[in-house]
Amino acid sequence: MNYTPRRVSVFCGHYGSGKTNIAVNYALWLKSSGIPVRIADLDIVNPYFRTKDSQDALAAAGIPLISPEYANSNVDLPALPQELYGLVQRREEYAVMDVGGDDRGAYALGRYAPYIREEGNFDVFCVVNFYRPLTQTAEEVMTVMKEIECAGHLPFTAIVNNSNIGNDTTPDDIRATFAECEKLSRLTGLPVAFTTVREDLLPAMGAPTAETGAYLPLTLQKKYFDITT
Amino acid sequence: MAEKVLMKGNEAIAEAAIKAGCRHYFGYPITPQTEIAAYMAKRMPKIGGTFLQAESEIAAINMVYGVASAGFRVMTSSSSPGVSLKQEGISYIAGSDLPALIVNVQRGGPGLGGIQPSQSDYFQATKGGGHGDYHLIVLAPASVQEMADLTVKAFDLADKYRCPAMLLADGTMGQMMEPVVLPEVDTAPVEKPWAVTGTKNARPHNIINSLYLKPDQLEKTNFERYEKYRQIEENEVMYESFMMEDAEYCVVAFGITARISKNAVIAARKKGIKVGMIRPITLWPFPTDAIAKAAEQVKGFLSVELSMGQMIEDVRLASGCRRPVLLCNRTGGMIVSPEEVLAKIDELVAL
Repeated sequence: MNYTPRRVSVFCGHYGSGKTNIAVNYALWLKSSGIPVRIADLDIVNPYFRTKDSQDALAAAGIPLISPEYANSNVDLPALPQELYGLVQRREEYAVMDVGGDDRGAYALGRYAPYIREEGNFDVFCVVNFYRPLTQTAEEVMTVMKEIECAGHLPFTAIVNNSNIGNDTTPDDIRATFAECEKLSRLTGLPVAFTTVREDLLPAMGAPTAETGAYLPLTLQKKYFDITT
Repeated sequence: MAEKVLMKGNEAIAEAAIKAGCRHYFGYPITPQTEIAAYMAKRMPKIGGTFLQAESEIAAINMVYGVASAGFRVMTSSSSPGVSLKQEGISYIAGSDLPALIVNVQRGGPGLGGIQPSQSDYFQATKGGGHGDYHLIVLAPASVQEMADLTVKAFDLADKYRCPAMLLADGTMGQMMEPVVLPEVDTAPVEKPWAVTGTKNARPHNIINSLYLKPDQLEKTNFERYEKYRQIEENEVMYESFMMEDAEYCVVAFGITARISKNAVIAARKKGIKVGMIRPITLWPFPTDAIAKAAEQVKGFLSVELSMGQMIEDVRLASGCRRPVLLCNRTGGMIVSPEEVLAKIDELVAL
C-alpha cells in the first residue's frame, strides 16, 4: 500500500464507523512493512466487539496490544492502562490508537494529546462510513468531526473512507460514495488517505486515485453469529 | 443516501420505531442497550419528538403509561435488571389495556449479573414478569433486519389488541452490525377512541385505570382480556421452519441461538443426520401447534438457550412430553458454539 505512515496514527470517527477493524488492519500492514508497532485500545464507550477480539491475530504478528484491564469482562468501567503513556512517549516504536466512537470516545484521547502534539509526527484519521445512518452526508460527518476534535484536542489530518454495508458490500457500493467523500475532502481541506476494500473485492476496484487514496485491504473476521451458506 | 444502511441492532430498533410513528421515548441507560437511548437523544429533537432520560427505569415506564393513555405510540428500552424495575409499570399498562413497546436487550443475570448477552429473561417476558393475570406479546428478532421489522410489527400488534408488546433481544443482537433496509411504514395514526385526549364537552370521560373497586368487575375484565389473548394465540403466532420437511430431530431456538443453531443444523445434515429447526419469532404466543405437529414426526427435540433452560418447558408442554427434549445451554454471558449444539444433536441421536 502506498502511504507514508506517521509515528502515531490515531483512528477516530462516528460510533460504529469501523475504527477498530481498520486500526487492527493498519497495524498489521505497518508490521508487515517491517515497522515496529504497538496498538492501543482506547475505547471507553463500547464494551462489546473491540480490539481485544483480534488479540490472537495481533499476537501472531508480534504486535503488542495495550488494552484496558477490564476489556471484554463484565466490568463496564472506563479505566485506561498506564502503559498508554509509554505508547505516546517512547518514540522508537510506532503507535496505533483505536479511539472510541464520537466525542464521548474521543475524551479519552485528550489526556495524551499534548504529548502527541509536542512530537508533531502524527495522523488523526477520520473514519467514515457513508452507509451509517447518522453520517450519510459530508455535512453530517463534519458535525461529528467538530465534536470529536473539541473532545480529543487533536485536529484531524486525513480521511479514511470505510463505506461498506457489511458482507453485502459490492465494489459499486464503495464507488457510490466517492463523490460524497470528495465533497467532505473539499469542505474540510483534508486528503483521503485510504479507501478500505475487503480483500476479495480488491481486484474489481481498479487502480486507486487521488479521490480514493491508497486502498487498505481489509480481512474481516468471521464471527460466531455469521450464518454458513 | 442509500436504501440499504449498516446499522447496529439497537440503532435499527430506534430508527424503525421512529418510522412506525413513535415520537416519545423514555428510558435510562444500561449496557448493552444504551445505543437505543443515545440514538433517540440525537434523532427525536430533530423530528419534533420527545426523548427523555428519566431518573430511573420506574419513572420511564410510568411516563410510557401516561403517553400510551393519551393514545400516542410510545416506547421504553432497557436491559435485564432495568426491565425488572419496570415490571410494576408493565403490569399497570397491561391492566389498563394500553398499547406500548418495551424493549429488553438481555444481559446475564440474576441480580446485576453481567453485561454480556443472555436469554435468561424468557420466563419474565413470556409468563408475565409483573403481578396479576396478563400477557405481553413477545417478539424475538434474529437479525438486525428483524430488529427493525419486528419493532414495527410490535407497535402494530400492540395497537391492534390494545396490549403492551415486548421486543426480546440480547446483547449480541443489540451490538452486532448488519445491512438493513428500513421498513417504509404507513404512519397514519391508528384511531384510538378510548384515549384520554380531552372531552371538549362532546363525549363522556374516557378513563384509563387498572383499579377495580368491585371484584366481580375485575373478574369480568380479566375474562374478557383472556378472550383477547386467545385471539392473539389463534392469529398472531410467527415462527420460522428450517429443514423440517424430512426431519427426524428438531432443534428449537430463538434469537441469537437460532443463528448459531442453524450452522449446527447445516453441519449435522452434512453428516447425514436429518435434523431441522423451529425458530419461534413470537415467544408469546408460542408456536405450540408447530411443535406439537413436529412431535408426531421427530424422535426428539433439542432446546438451545442462553439460560439454565426456560423455553425448554414450553417445548415439553407443546410436545406433550411425547418425545425426549434435551437442553444445550450456556449462561452468564457465555455463548453456545455451533460445535456444542452439534455435539448435543449427536447425543440426541444416540438416545
